[in-house]
Order: sequence, then structure tokens, then C-alpha cells
Amino acid sequence: MTDTLPTPVPGGLDAQRLREAYRTMRTIRAFEERLHEEFASGDIPGFVHLYAGEEASATGVCMHLDDRDSIASTHRGHGHCIAKGVDVKAMMAEIYGRRTGACQGKGGSMHIADLSKGMLGANGIVGGGPPLICGTALASKQQNTGGVGVAFFGDGASNQGTTLESLNLASVWGLPAIFVAENNGFAEATASAWSVAADNIADRAAGFGIPGVIVDGFDFFAVHEAAGEAIERARGGGGPTLIEVKFTRYYGHFEGDQQSYRLDEVKQARETVDCLKAFRSRVTGTGLLDEAGLESIDGEVFALIDAAVAEAKQAPRPTRSDLETDVYVSY
Amino acid sequence: MARTISYREAINEALTQEMERDSSVIVMGEDNAGGAGGSGEQDAWGGVLGVTKGLYHKFPGRVLDTPISESAFIGAAIGAATRGQRPVAELMFIDFMGVCFDQIFNQAAKFRYMFGGKAVTPVVIRTMYGAGLNAAAQHSQSLYPLFTHIPGLKVVLPSNAYEAKGLMTQAVRDDDPVIFCEHKALYDTTADVPEDSYTIPFGEANVVRDGEDVTIVALGRMVHVAEEAAGELATSGISADVLDLRTTSPLDDETILESVASTGRLVVVDESNPRCNVATDVSALVAREAFSSLRAPIEMVTAPHTPVPFSDALEPLYIPDAQRVVNAVKTVMGGQNA
Repeated sequence: MTDTLPTPVPGGLDAQRLREAYRTMRTIRAFEERLHEEFASGDIPGFVHLYAGEEASATGVCMHLDDRDSIASTHRGHGHCIAKGVDVKAMMAEIYGRRTGACQGKGGSMHIADLSKGMLGANGIVGGGPPLICGTALASKQQNTGGVGVAFFGDGASNQGTTLESLNLASVWGLPAIFVAENNGFAEATASAWSVAADNIADRAAGFGIPGVIVDGFDFFAVHEAAGEAIERARGGGGPTLIEVKFTRYYGHFEGDQQSYRLDEVKQARETVDCLKAFRSRVTGTGLLDEAGLESIDGEVFALIDAAVAEAKQAPRPTRSDLETDVYVSY
Repeated sequence: MARTISYREAINEALTQEMERDSSVIVMGEDNAGGAGGSGEQDAWGGVLGVTKGLYHKFPGRVLDTPISESAFIGAAIGAATRGQRPVAELMFIDFMGVCFDQIFNQAAKFRYMFGGKAVTPVVIRTMYGAGLNAAAQHSQSLYPLFTHIPGLKVVLPSNAYEAKGLMTQAVRDDDPVIFCEHKALYDTTADVPEDSYTIPFGEANVVRDGEDVTIVALGRMVHVAEEAAGELATSGISADVLDLRTTSPLDDETILESVASTGRLVVVDESNPRCNVATDVSALVAREAFSSLRAPIEMVTAPHTPVPFSDALEPLYIPDAQRVVNAVKTVMGGQNA
């Protein structure tokens, strides 16, 4: 071997894995920022909830997962889908309500799913996912696959009974489940500082006898490390963990939200703690990746998003013959 | 080889045979074994009415007791179903659906359609319904119309032990979410039930009695009420065609319409409250599709639009009985043959 020894890297990630992480985060950001523009043009039916600003969470967690593992997501689910490997073009077509979409146009932004990838769906019900993840984790346990289930939910869902019941059940049953509370500061227009009756969502873990961890959600490496520990423990039979990821969403609750409930924290976050900027600075500063390489990833991602939007706009819509299909397997 | 066993034993036998046949079948619910964490017997209860008794020891690791936490464990059953298990979850009383309804109607029922036909969710939710044990307003309801209303769910109401075994076996093997409604007053009733495994298909009503003058459509425990009424009517020379719907979703439109086309008269007997229930649904079907066959207005025999009363003086007035069915039949007969 004549190659130089690899440089030690954060989280044990080699250059290839770091490029993957960057590509995933950049894809999510570009996907969401493009949707922000496209939604304003009026071409997208319904409503969308954007994940921009939160990329480090989905990416840092899902980099530890494979097809044995399942995730449940939220109404703000595009980032989780991309990080779990759902096809970006199929996602875009779904958001445009096209027949070529991930759910053939029957789900939309809030229900994108790909069960073959263990992606159990974005979910329009706040707190809908955690019970389902108890089930997928149970299935992994029954089948001895070593798989884990990850429930992503927001600060709003942290107050739902379903979430608290699921934390208890997962602890009682010793399930390989990870609960990722994405605290972006606001449930719709209500501040988590007001609605969560504890200093931290993660503090509630103690009440269920499981570890609770607080992570800076703008720091990919911090999320990656915390998720890695929790997932390794779960795979080894050590039971569930509650991880609270703290950050700020860059857009409103939904597109069109005027956000009069908050002042300048988004501008400040974008300038000072943005996860993509922080990642770039860290990996280039230590010489692990170079700017040119990252820019080339940016170019590829932007081309993919351009193509996804162009194809989605051209794709066929479902027709009347699709209206009543797939309600049941058989009826 | 058939022998006489109870409705409770028939369901237990179906579960036992399916768990033997398919290792992906698991059972979960509050006290489904009973005794978890206690100092005494494990499998102390086998469910609050003993339906799952014995499965815990026969199938180690596959009968899971749960905290009293319906949203979490019903959701867990649904989630596990999407990942290769065939869970049979017991929701003790149908009245408790209120605390976990989201997982059933927004999650399980919608996955297949909402995810573009790619999800398969073979979960069975067993639940106890019905009045008759003075269990009062929060433990006696007949809420199956709520589930019947929701696309994506199948709703099953076995009327006796034979039906219970065959329909449960079908429910476990079915690839769609099934709400399996067991009438609490039927658990100790008995019937001849084959030892071997068998299925009864969904969406095929059972003609439990052939007749010419009137069609009586019933379901669950009301099948027995309808049969009792039909027996009494026979003594007055009125012959009733009695249908046991077996499932309200899918609904066997064809058998109902064929019977009404032949008799020209319809009485529907339904233990649920009268607004938007199975009786109104079947009546609307017949009014729409077989109006020209009808020789008299349709009659519905249902519970009143009230909660289920507690007092043993009131509860019998709440539950439809054979006399009310006889009276309804006499009304549709318009005095003829009566």
C-alpha cells in the first residue's frame, strides 16, 4: 500500500462517509429551498412543512441505519425521507400529486413513505409515529434482526400521550427503539419554552427509566455521535433512548406562515450556526474534504433537484381509475 | 370432528392453531397472559375474560402483556404488522377505542391507500362489545358502526362459536386490518365446532333460516334475537328469512338484495345506537337498490339514542329483544298473515 494513512476524522467517518453526509444534508436543504420557491408559484397542491435548518438531525441519525431499520416521521418529513434513502424524484412527484410519486399521488407531502426502505411515512398526526415505532422495534426483536426503530417527532408531539405512552412501553418491553425529539422551538406558533413543562424534553427520559440526551441540532457530528451510541445500545439489547435535538426551523410552520410569533432567530441561526456551514468549515478546516469537492456535490444536488422538479411537472396525474384502488389488499 | 365448545374456546382454538401454523402471529394486550411482574402465577388471567388463557405457556415470547396504554400497544401492533408480524391485539372493551382511535383510523386504515398501495398491515384488533351484563355506559357499547364507516378496515361480528373460530382464522390470515368484535354475552354460549382449522370468508352473509314472507337482517348477538323471533313468528304462520351479516365491512349487498327481492319486506336488527348504524346502512341500501321489490316500509329494531343504562330494570329495555322484532315484522306484514 502506497496510499497515505487516512486522517483521523470526527465520529470515525472517512472521507467517503463525510461526502455522503454532506450530500444528504445538501439534498435536503436544496429540496426544501426549491419547494419554498415552487410553492410560492402556486403549482403545488395542499400545504408543505419544510425541514430546512434541521438537516443535521435526520442525517446524523439515519447514517447509522440500514434496511433492517425503520423510521417514523412527522408532517415535517421530507428530510427524514431523503436521509432514509427515499428516491428524491419520487418524493418530488408525490408532492406535486403525480401518479409517478412515491405514493402514486395519494399521500402528498405529509404522507411520503417507502416501506421497502423502512420509511413508515411522514405523518399528518402529531404524535402518530412513536407507537408505530414500538411495533417495528418489536418486530425486529421478535425476528432477531438486530434492527432498530427510530421515531422522529417534534416538541409539539413531546406533549402527546401517544409519545409518553410509547416511551413507557418501549422501556417496559426493552425495545430497540430510539426517540428523537426534534425541538425546533415552536409547535406551530407556540413556543416549546412555554408548552413543554420541563427545562428539556430529554429530562422526561428519567421518568421512564431510560437515558435522555440533549444535542445541538446544528452540529451534525454531535447528532451523529449521540445517535450512534443510542443505536448501538439498542442493537445490543440495551433498550430505548430519548434524544432531544435542539435547533431552529428556517421557515414557518407551513409555507405561507407569516411567523409573526418570532423575531430574528432564523437570520441569526443561518448566519452563525447553520449545519451545512458548520460542517463545511469543520471538514475543510481539518483537510478532510476540500471546497472544490463539496461544490461539485452541490452542483450534482442542484441538478438532481432541477430534474426532479422538471420531471414532476411533466409527470402524469392520477386518473379517475386510481380513485378507488388500493384501499384494501382484497375486499 | 366437531364437538361442542364455547365461543371463548373457539376463539382460543383459532388463535392456537394459527400460532402453531405461522410463527409471525403474536398476541398482545392488557393481561393477555396476566401476572406480569407479580409474585404469583404467570398466565393468571388469559385476558380479562380468559380468551387467550394458555397461549402464554404454549408459545413462549409470543404472548405479550402490556401496560394499560392502548394508544401505544395498538399502535405497536400496527407498526409490527408493517414489518412482517401478524399481531392479534386485544383492546379489552370496544368502549376504550376512544383512547387509541387515531392509531386505528388514521394509521392502520389509511396506510395502504395513502402510501400508494405499497403497505400491507395484517393486524387483528379483538375487542368485546355489547350490552347485557349490567356493565353500564362505558363498558357496554356496540360501536362497530364507527369502524364500518372507515375505508381500509374490515369489521367482523361472529354470532356463535362456529362462526367465531372460522372468522378468527380468516382474520389472522387476512392481509388487511380487521376489527374483530366479540359480544360479551356470547362467550359462554356453545356450538358444534370442528377441531380442524377452517376459515369463513368475509363479505358472505349466512342465511341462518330460510323464509318467504320477510327478510330479517341481523348481526352478532342479534342473530339469536332474530332467530327467536322467527321461531315465534312461524307459529303465527309467518316465515322469515334470517341473515347473519357476519361482517359489516365488507357488506354482502348481494345476499341482502336477493332476499328482499324474494320476500318484499325488511326488518333490520342492530344492537347499536340508531343514527348512522348498520340498520340505517342496510335500509338505505335496500331503499336505493330494491325499492320496487318492497311491499312495505322498512323497519329497524335498534337500541335507543341513549347511552347504555346500568340498572337491571333499564338495560333489558335498551337491548332489542325478540318481542320487538316480532312486532316490527308484524308491522311490515301490515296485518297480513298476522
